[in-house]
Amino acid sequence: MDPKQEAIKELLIKMADDQLIIGHRHSEWIGLGPILEEDIALASIAQDKVGQSYTLFQLLHDQFGTADPDTMGFLRAENEYRCCHLVEYPNGEYDFSLIRHFLFDHAEYHRFDMLQASTFEPIRGIARKFKSEIKYHILHADVWVRRLGTGTEESHQRMQAALETAFPLALGIFEPSPYEQVLIEENFFPGEDALRQRWLETIQPILEEASLQMPDPSSVEPAYGGRRGYHTEHLAPLLEEMSWTLRYDPEAERW
Amino acid sequence: MSDFIQSLDPRIVRLQVREDQPFEPKEAGDQWETYEVFHQAKTGARLIHVGSLHAPSPDLALVFAKEQYGRRSTTTDMWVVRTADIFTLHRQDIDMFETAQEKLHREPQGYMEVRKYIEEFKKRQQQEGTSDGSEAGSH
Repeated sequence: MDPKQEAIKELLIKMADDQLIIGHRHSEWIGLGPILEEDIALASIAQDKVGQSYTLFQLLHDQFGTADPDTMGFLRAENEYRCCHLVEYPNGEYDFSLIRHFLFDHAEYHRFDMLQASTFEPIRGIARKFKSEIKYHILHADVWVRRLGTGTEESHQRMQAALETAFPLALGIFEPSPYEQVLIEENFFPGEDALRQRWLETIQPILEEASLQMPDPSSVEPAYGGRRGYHTEHLAPLLEEMSWTLRYDPEAERW
Repeated sequence: MSDFIQSLDPRIVRLQVREDQPFEPKEAGDQWETYEVFHQAKTGARLIHVGSLHAPSPDLALVFAKEQYGRRSTTTDMWVVRTADIFTLHRQDIDMFETAQEKLHREPQGYMEVRKYIEEFKKRQQQEGTSDGSEAGSH
């Protein structure tokens, strides 16, 4: 396959993998959220993420002949996934889940905003649609981060600690692809560096309003590796659980 | 107590019910307050009360309202109002509406009668008009 096609394919796969895995993590909170209303809100966000991932796998299938969305989503080997480490981490407590959701969704919003102007035409309409969903995800995350960052002493300390844990992982979102140059030259996508810049400019003022101290990105070692198939020990058990039903009964159409 | 499994997994944590200790009664105001949700399905339509929810602030009430009351149908607008900010009558004063249905003079039937007279008058006028016209034509 020519490098232009490879570049887009690589970009789409990592986007779809991020969404599928974070969607699955969010879904693990269903029935356990702090209050019914919040449970419903996060469950709905989880559903959006998995749905977006499905759309991208379908696009990959149609445009590049990859396997069908179920096979791509559930039946690849662990090292064939291209998600970043941020999305793989266990939910931990609600503070970490919220901060991760906040850091991830602001990056997603800008990524799809940039892709709306892509010269890879099939992604444009999808990006526009995704953005309207992610707008809600951001609203949800921002309200909580502001509130808990400025809430009680305990809530502030928890959010700050969660931010410090999640921040290096979040920088791993922007691990450069081997195709950065092609993506930029062909105007498929302005590149991970440009995205990272926009992301930092967006989250910094919100964190400030929330009285949270953003770690200095230049002093933090980003958690790279996920985009090349090197994952944390948390991904394999997640995949096993996520694909259990499909492996158990591949012919099942309904449960 | 060491006989409880310590875990960060909320599914485990939730199960740590201490049977040797009775539940402490909740303080008043322990729960978030409630908000009433109003939903508009079409631009220009009235916002209709669709239910209520718990939230700690108006912004979160809107965040929750979107998923609880706007996830299935079309939505053009949404309002939330603190339940505490809605004022109503005392239950025992509701009887002041009791005789409302007996006051026939307030019902719009009277206007329907007038309408009937107008229509009859118009019909009569028209009939007279057409008979004049046909006579003129036959001559």
